[in-house]
Amino acid sequence: MVAIHQLLADGPPAGEAIEAFLEEHEFPLNEGRSTTFVYRGEAEEVRLRHWIYGLPSSLPFQRVAGTDLWFLVEELPPGSRVEYKLEVFRKGRRKLIRDPSNPNLAHDPFGSNSVLHGRGYETPDWVLEDPDARPGKIVKLSIDSEHLGGARQLQIYMPPRFRRSQSYPLLVVHDGPDYLHYSSLKTVLDNLIYRHEVAPLIAVLTHSPDRLVEYAADPRHAAFVSEELMPAVEARLPIDPSPAARGLMGASFGAVAALSTAWMRPERFGRLLLQSGSFAFTDIGPSTRGKAFDPVVEFMNRFRARPGRPSEKVFVSCGQYESLIYENRSLVPLLQETGMRVRWTEARDGHNWENWRDRLREGLSFLFPGPLWMVYE
Amino acid sequence: MPQSRAAPPQLILLGPQRLRPTLGEALATLGTEGPVATVTAGWQDREAEDDELREHLGGRAVNLELYRRAEELFADDAGLFAGHRRRQNDLREAQRIYRRRLAHTLAAARELLADSSDSELLEDARRDALAAVRRLDAEHLDVVQQIHRRFRRQIRPDRRAGLRRQREELSRRLSTCQALAIAGGHVAVLLNRLRLFDIMYLAAKRPILAWSAGAMALAERVVVFHDSPPQGAGDAEVLETGFGRVRGLLPFPHARRRLRLRDPLRVALLARRFAPATCVALDEGDHLAQGENGWSAEAPARRLTASGDVTTFSGPLASRE
Repeated sequence: MVAIHQLLADGPPAGEAIEAFLEEHEFPLNEGRSTTFVYRGEAEEVRLRHWIYGLPSSLPFQRVAGTDLWFLVEELPPGSRVEYKLEVFRKGRRKLIRDPSNPNLAHDPFGSNSVLHGRGYETPDWVLEDPDARPGKIVKLSIDSEHLGGARQLQIYMPPRFRRSQSYPLLVVHDGPDYLHYSSLKTVLDNLIYRHEVAPLIAVLTHSPDRLVEYAADPRHAAFVSEELMPAVEARLPIDPSPAARGLMGASFGAVAALSTAWMRPERFGRLLLQSGSFAFTDIGPSTRGKAFDPVVEFMNRFRARPGRPSEKVFVSCGQYESLIYENRSLVPLLQETGMRVRWTEARDGHNWENWRDRLREGLSFLFPGPLWMVYE
Repeated sequence: MPQSRAAPPQLILLGPQRLRPTLGEALATLGTEGPVATVTAGWQDREAEDDELREHLGGRAVNLELYRRAEELFADDAGLFAGHRRRQNDLREAQRIYRRRLAHTLAAARELLADSSDSELLEDARRDALAAVRRLDAEHLDVVQQIHRRFRRQIRPDRRAGLRRQREELSRRLSTCQALAIAGGHVAVLLNRLRLFDIMYLAAKRPILAWSAGAMALAERVVVFHDSPPQGAGDAEVLETGFGRVRGLLPFPHARRRLRLRDPLRVALLARRFAPATCVALDEGDHLAQGENGWSAEAPARRLTASGDVTTFSGPLASRE
């Protein structure tokens, strides 16, 4: 029996017993496969709003009769990481709030969510700042794009101990500033390079003012990356010219941009890191994903019919709690059939930046392995 | 079989030096005041960026510049360079083949060590599985030695004028020094440069201080390791025969980060696989010294035991398990 049910076993508890119960435990409370959420306050209704595909997206809390304590017990598989909010109805008004009893937050471009760390989930140590790790630095570069029209602002991650006499792999990161802010990309790169798990590399962080158009397999974007961004960076920095040292990376629509750019410029980019790609396609009938997906569906259908061999090595990841899990899973055998080396991983997580952050060690060390086994400094 | 050998030179193994340097302190225990030859070849093209090291040695450092010397030699002597490349390719291929065999052999040993059955047959099976791993390690070292012998036979490095000149110059440099300090870095590059210039011979009986990859290179066997790599199973691999100056000890630098020291199975497997050598952790602040009476820990040190524990010791290292 979980703790909340023990508390309620002899009927509604007194206020002091509730106080003691809330003080004794941290919430959400993981017990075996069960997780208990609580909310305390006057309300007509309290619901859990989450983004787990497959479960009803709004789950009602139960009120303990005669008290202002609300609770919900849900079963979640071990290792789950769930972003959520509480939906509180009071005096006929609905308010979405972060869980007041949970200090764990995840941030994204739209704000922040509460995060449930299910039993077995631990924030990886390599995503946290390590004072021992030598820091890389971020520099800015502005380039004019004829293909996209106008200036584009780039940020460039320079690895620690950068030397002009060396040549470096280059990784183009779609939605780069978001990776930087919400997935701790600089800290992750600093740590993984320091630990020799990833080779020192240069990462170009790009972003689009109109990503739903430009990242949706837009040929202008492929031209921008290949014919404008890459030459501009290569002219300024020592980049290894081999395809094995050139990578494209992105999440969601950014993954579509990475895959489609590699497909439109075969043999240019030997490394792909695709996270929760919006790889919508149709086997029969129209897509139901909405208008923004139309060019993606059109591209994916063409790609799936004739994938060619867009790269050499590709890392694909997706959350099991995402609606895109089906599209991503079904992409993997297709990629494998092209002869590329494919690494696929899925996690009990959703379509969010911390899921993408937590997969970076596996992905980057697969694509750009560092001299981990040989270097002991 | 025990071999008769001259009394070992004074030898000091230290933990990694970047974050907590103890080199100056350790050097003071040698009682020497003259120049100290340094090897930073493991840092590869950063070899010359040794300002901090010079500071730790109180301005007494004489960098032997083995990496630069080797690069110049390779540029001047095409035959030597071609032979070197061929040997490195052969070594990589040998390592790849060994790694494939090791994965299965080690998995069997690991599974049997983890087996909790009370069968009477189990202990014999464990012993046999472990013996298979040890046999494979030994066979691999034989292959590696054959590759090195072939290189020496075909390339005759000792007859190459450029290399002879470099060795003579290094001999002169070393003759002015009272100790040798070997830093870490890329262990294969370090081994290769030390071997190419025959530095252990040239250093003669000068005391040696070594840390990280430098300490690994001085052992009888060079073992590369990581229990939790981002890719692969984390099977420790025998890489090479080391210089054998460190006898009876197998150093594991950065053990806290690279080994699962709280996993008794992994600890036991390492300790039993490499016995009779004692597996010792070599983290920041660790300081092991070899004197006339064997090894002792100048600061509390840790060793891995066959029972799966990591035990701390200070002073003389007790007899092998």
